[in-house]
Amino acid sequence: MNLLSLVLVNLGRNKRRTVLTLMSVTVALFLFCALGGVLDTLADAIKFGSESRLATRNAMGLVFPIPQAYRQRIAAVPGIRRIAVQNWFGGLDPANPHNFFFEFAVDPENFFPMYRSEIEIAEASPPQAQISLPADMDPKLAAFMTEQTACVVSEVLMKKMGWKLGQTITLQGTIYPGSWPFTIRATYRAISQAFGGSGMFFHFKYLEQKGMGGSGAVGVYKLELSHPEQAAEIAKQVDALFENSAASTHTETERAFAAGFVSMYGNIPFVLRVIGLAVAFAILLIAANTMVMAVRERTSEVGVMKTLGFEDSTIFGIVVTEAAVITLGGGVAGSLLAKYAIDTSHFNAGGAFPPMTVHWATVATGISVALVIGAVSGLIPAWQASRLRIVDALRRVE
Amino acid sequence: MALPISYNVRNVIQRPVSTLTTALGVGLTVAIFIGALALASGFRAALVSTGSADNVIVLRTGADSEISSGISRDASDVIRALPDVAPDPDGHPLVSPEVVVVITKQRLGQPGSSNVTVRGVDAVAMRLRDRVKIAEGRMFTPGTDEVIVGLRISRRFAGCGLGDHMRFGQREFTVVGLFTADGASFESEAWGDNAVLMPVFRGEVFQSVTFRMRDPSRFAAIKQVLEADPRLHVQAKLESAFYAEQSQTLASLIQFIGVFITLIMAVGAVFGAMNTMYAAVGARTREIATLLVLGFSPWSIMVSFMIESVFLSLIGGALGCVLALPINGISTGTTNFQSFSELAFAFQVTPAALLAGLAFSAAMGVVGGFLPALRAARQPLAAALRAT
Repeated sequence: MNLLSLVLVNLGRNKRRTVLTLMSVTVALFLFCALGGVLDTLADAIKFGSESRLATRNAMGLVFPIPQAYRQRIAAVPGIRRIAVQNWFGGLDPANPHNFFFEFAVDPENFFPMYRSEIEIAEASPPQAQISLPADMDPKLAAFMTEQTACVVSEVLMKKMGWKLGQTITLQGTIYPGSWPFTIRATYRAISQAFGGSGMFFHFKYLEQKGMGGSGAVGVYKLELSHPEQAAEIAKQVDALFENSAASTHTETERAFAAGFVSMYGNIPFVLRVIGLAVAFAILLIAANTMVMAVRERTSEVGVMKTLGFEDSTIFGIVVTEAAVITLGGGVAGSLLAKYAIDTSHFNAGGAFPPMTVHWATVATGISVALVIGAVSGLIPAWQASRLRIVDALRRVE
Repeated sequence: MALPISYNVRNVIQRPVSTLTTALGVGLTVAIFIGALALASGFRAALVSTGSADNVIVLRTGADSEISSGISRDASDVIRALPDVAPDPDGHPLVSPEVVVVITKQRLGQPGSSNVTVRGVDAVAMRLRDRVKIAEGRMFTPGTDEVIVGLRISRRFAGCGLGDHMRFGQREFTVVGLFTADGASFESEAWGDNAVLMPVFRGEVFQSVTFRMRDPSRFAAIKQVLEADPRLHVQAKLESAFYAEQSQTLASLIQFIGVFITLIMAVGAVFGAMNTMYAAVGARTREIATLLVLGFSPWSIMVSFMIESVFLSLIGGALGCVLALPINGISTGTTNFQSFSELAFAFQVTPAALLAGLAFSAAMGVVGGFLPALRAARQPLAAALRAT
């Protein structure tokens, strides 16, 4: 009979206690990894967007627009291959204003070619008229291009809202007042994780004419570069152009731009970390309590084992291993459960985040936390058991 | 006949280590529970306390926050002329048209930036919001490039301290004062002179107009008059209702997540408590059998062990309250996406949250103690008495 089987037999001795402890470790590690998953998702959100593209906004903040006249001057900076408009719309679904999804007004002839490798057009209405599209634009967008009030909606959003291709939907403007009808002419699917999942895009011209009195200013310009490695240099050149004008600009990589939104969460990630630590500490207590109880029951048995010639260090090892097996079992179960539950939920908060996920690294951390907790919770009882004198152990009356 | 409660109390004290570890497990859960409630209520309180039920805030139709709104000077003059607007002691109408924008500011103490609300006001705003008080420095001088900054935000963002300079557009503004507002969300804002800020930001347009009502009971009528006026295109809300609305999404989200986390944690803690109670029952097998033989009914044994379990958990609950208390008043902040700007606020451990924590711990005791107590009450007598 080797030592491991001794450990297993001991675990089976009080099955109810073993199962209860195992389950509480499972639940706790599930929570630990689920919280870790939120942090993982935030870390992924920082990697939203590309590093080879730049975003230019008003230096004062996102709510201030940039004059359209800047477009030509930015485009003239050497190394910029393409420039596209992206303007936040902020419309609400009148049926349910809390049902958030994002809407952007874009100039499609630049925007869609720029993102061609990141989104694909899934379905589209047949075109009403023959038009010539820009060379690197998906030909399926023809119907969308010929209609000013048309929009392109993400597949995910279509499904959630129960919309159909060709349907006209109406949004309530918040920044741009009034009712805004849009006709869905195409749906898109994000190919790259770096591209936000569930929103809609429509013609900037429509926004300009209906919402800005014909002469629009732009929220954000996206810049595609000929040589992405020049990003930092070009960003500086763009901002230098407007340094002394009424609306100075701030240009950064698209990824840094996206990371700016994540930093808006402020102290929330820190709060989650604190909760994760508290959870880990709470299981440590529960596991330690179990081990103390388990060893106390066996005092005289430990005396017998010592009489038979088991070394102190062996006794110590057996108790610690026993604790580690329980917590490891619970840790593996809880961590994997969290990974499975969260990864299959595909929750993305209306496209504000990449789909929620628990990284394997977090699962590994969870399992190691469980192992460490097992070892630590076994230490005191193991130390007590190994230090026990045979006479005391055998004399003790239950 | 019931067993005396002192029997349970002594039993719990008899095994201090196991009592303490179990109670701490419950306590940590309760502490997180209270912490989540304190976070939600601190956030809500900051916004709710901002609005007054005597004031009306007017926004453009369809706007869901101040920054997405726009009100022309003409419209604000129409509102100012309403007979329902209360006058101040000097007879001037208490109407405050305000410019509201959010600007990007670098955080202090952590990387990244966030949005800070900048509000342009006239002198009347200070009379309308009488809780706004200068804590350090002085009020800005109208017509100059001076601003005052809320105390809470000045500690969280770079360049917001007394004497610091802020750059909006082409102009440099000096922070000449720090103000408090009884914890209201104004403490997360920077205030300057309307006349100076307007051209720097969005030109000739206000974002909101707030006024004091002569008679707050006439709100419904006032609302109707304003919203029916074809010159205005506005919506009128009670200021208190407006700020409560602004807090709703995030506060309920925090509360939901907090309760969700603590419920899961509670399941783990209950399993721990069950372990302890099973061990307690197991160790006293003979004792319980003796009690049964003496004539105590199984029911009273069951109740007794339930009481013991609840007592054990309540110790945990009390520990949790003690653990959670120090977070009261700690200031934190996050972006309220409804206003798209940072809201700094303090954790608020309310007596109600503490009571809820204790009740929560008692509930854990009931759930965790039920099965072990049932087992105690159902001891087969002969076997139990023979037990060693």
